[in-house]
Amino acid sequence: MKTLATLALGAALAAGPAMADLTFPSLSYRTGPYAANGIPFADGYADYFTLLNERDGGIGGEMANVLECETAYDTERGVECYEATKGEGALVYQPLSTGITYQLIPRASADGIPIHSMGYGRTSAANGSIFEWVFNYPANYWDGASVIINYLLQENEGSLEGRKIVLLYHNSAYGREPIRTLETLAEMHGFELVQLAVDHPGQEQGNQWLQIRRERPDFVIMWGWGVMNQVAVQEAANINFPMNNFYGVWWSGAEPDVLPAGAGADGYRSLNMNALGDLPVLDDIRQYVVDAGLAAGDGTNVGSVLYVRGMYAAMLAAEAARNAQEISGETNITPAMMRDGMESLVITEERMEELGMGGVGPAFEVTCENHGGPGLALIQEWDAEAQVWVTLTDFIAPDDSVIDPLIEEDSAAYAAENNIEPRCNES
Amino acid sequence: MFYREAGDYKTSYAQDNQTFPIAFDRYRYYFVVAVGFALLPFVMTDYLANAILLPFLIYAIAAIGLNILVGYCGQVSLGTGGFMAVGAYTSYKLMTAFPWMDMVSVTLLSGLMTAIVGMAFGLPSLRIKGFYLAVATLAAQFFLVWLFNRVPWFFNYSASGQISAPERSMFGWAITGPAANPSVKYLFCLLFVFVLAWLARNLTRGSIGRQWMSIRDMDIAAEIIGVNPLRAKLSAFAVSSFYVGIAGSLFFTVYLGAVEVGASFGIQKSFLVLFMIIIGGLGSIFGSFAGAAFMVLLPVALTRIFADGFGWDTALARHIEFVIVGGLIMFFLIVEPHGLARLWALAKEKLRLWPFPY
Repeated sequence: MKTLATLALGAALAAGPAMADLTFPSLSYRTGPYAANGIPFADGYADYFTLLNERDGGIGGEMANVLECETAYDTERGVECYEATKGEGALVYQPLSTGITYQLIPRASADGIPIHSMGYGRTSAANGSIFEWVFNYPANYWDGASVIINYLLQENEGSLEGRKIVLLYHNSAYGREPIRTLETLAEMHGFELVQLAVDHPGQEQGNQWLQIRRERPDFVIMWGWGVMNQVAVQEAANINFPMNNFYGVWWSGAEPDVLPAGAGADGYRSLNMNALGDLPVLDDIRQYVVDAGLAAGDGTNVGSVLYVRGMYAAMLAAEAARNAQEISGETNITPAMMRDGMESLVITEERMEELGMGGVGPAFEVTCENHGGPGLALIQEWDAEAQVWVTLTDFIAPDDSVIDPLIEEDSAAYAAENNIEPRCNES
Repeated sequence: MFYREAGDYKTSYAQDNQTFPIAFDRYRYYFVVAVGFALLPFVMTDYLANAILLPFLIYAIAAIGLNILVGYCGQVSLGTGGFMAVGAYTSYKLMTAFPWMDMVSVTLLSGLMTAIVGMAFGLPSLRIKGFYLAVATLAAQFFLVWLFNRVPWFFNYSASGQISAPERSMFGWAITGPAANPSVKYLFCLLFVFVLAWLARNLTRGSIGRQWMSIRDMDIAAEIIGVNPLRAKLSAFAVSSFYVGIAGSLFFTVYLGAVEVGASFGIQKSFLVLFMIIIGGLGSIFGSFAGAAFMVLLPVALTRIFADGFGWDTALARHIEFVIVGGLIMFFLIVEPHGLARLWALAKEKLRLWPFPY
């Protein structure tokens, strides 16, 4: 009986609607402890494609179709979403979760569908000769860690000798990613690294901040996401930790993270991989999408940090699709063509200007070997009075001499585990 | 009408003692087994296997395991997630340390390892019971998750702390890894489910099962009539953990392929499996299957109906799904506190008398 029912259910699901458009699945999370950050990103991602459809008639004449699937940041649901959407002609997956990305890397590589984990996921996927189907341009976690240290070096007359830095991280694959880089950097620059883990979902941080108080670190670096960010900023404010010495990665620096702490969050700093400001494209989105009642959310997020990042992710996907259309000469591209489009993607200042988002990210080129982009990021600071993120610096470069060998080592381990021959040698 | 016993003569003790004494029931069981083994593998799709049947089968094993401990032996456990993690990490260590080892051995050895760990954490059950034991097993849950997060040896010193299953095959068919055929993965799990369910059913009918149940019903009385509580309780912990360990191993190797201990084997997993057996029915093998089906299939079905069928906003669909699943759990617990298994038994009783109830 039960098996029959599942069979019937499966058959009903298999006969879902078939779309002829360019399909961009969005594995979003609008529920759960990470929803505060997941919603603006998903809105930005969906709205940009709606804008392309409404204003330009799609990408190269083909309408873009965003298939949203709720994961609640849960890996099992992520797998369910992947299986449910991959048959619909999905061109590229952007799961916005390092855990789900790890799940999807082998699956999508076997199915021949590219993954773009923009600034998250498996860092060593930057080595395109091993990870054929995975891209993480324009920057990855190790770049982020190095950029923070570079900025701190710059602020402290080029030396962190004898300083104490605490890494407060989400106890998951995501939070653990920067540890190896920071350990290497600690040895190089002679600072002491203290690691403090916060368990999922991150609401309990009393012990960690007690220890921070006891350790008296010079700086705290945070790798947090969702509710963990809000709690950490609040706790830091509670113990009067100097906010200027508290740095978050780009996933710990959005409006929902700092607003709950009110004035106490003033001066909190974080990385960002996309510049903010009055981008003309946002006016277009307000005009064609929000005012037309087509927005994915309620429109209040337009222009916020994560909204712009979601939009930026959508832009990179749309540009790659356009590039793929040019290469293949077909408008209705396949995932394999999409991959070729991503691998030869060139983003220039002029192109970003043309798209109405000049300077939103760095200009970069993707190559067969380098799927990771330049790794640039900037530092921003929260102004609690005006409730805006103020960009402090230009894009700062990471220390590639530290990161490249680490990427080489980790991707070689993956290649050995999975019997992968490096590509890219023939050309 | 259905399930009638008239004319169904038993001529031996063996026939009288069989699991499904009513002929109709027996044929239904054969039919389900035949569909599972002979029909479903041929219509398997990636979606059906990876999103529906694999989680259902794997959670069914975990639910049977927990049911042995909670439903049959009466020892409340909240450590299921931690024990699943033991199974998963043992599999990972075995697969990476001994690449030649076949998957059946890996899975069974993972079960055995978990049984040993489960027995160790079952020791407090000799002194404490009820809520206090639940708290002690909760400690196991947190300790094990902490251990696998903390000691890098368990995840082979990988940078992210994730473990991922390398590809392994049997008889030329890949079972783990992305290249594995969904039918093969399904059959591999189904085989374990079939053997383990059959074993559990017969264990609980036999003398060990009767010892467990006497401990559950009244441990002092059981001790007076000669049941050794040490042996009964520890054997329940061992068998239960063996099942849960196998479920954790399959969960990692065949189903997900890469896991992170905090996200996959956290406290919410313990509660999920506990809900499965409470809704399915404590002390029932069928209830374990029904509960696993309820908790795995219902959310997926509701998402597909609301989000894909009606085109609702995905967040709204998810919230409605919470409401419906929560409401149904309360409804079942009020209307039928003994779970889906009891409903099924009542339906069978009614069908036996139908159409002439008295």
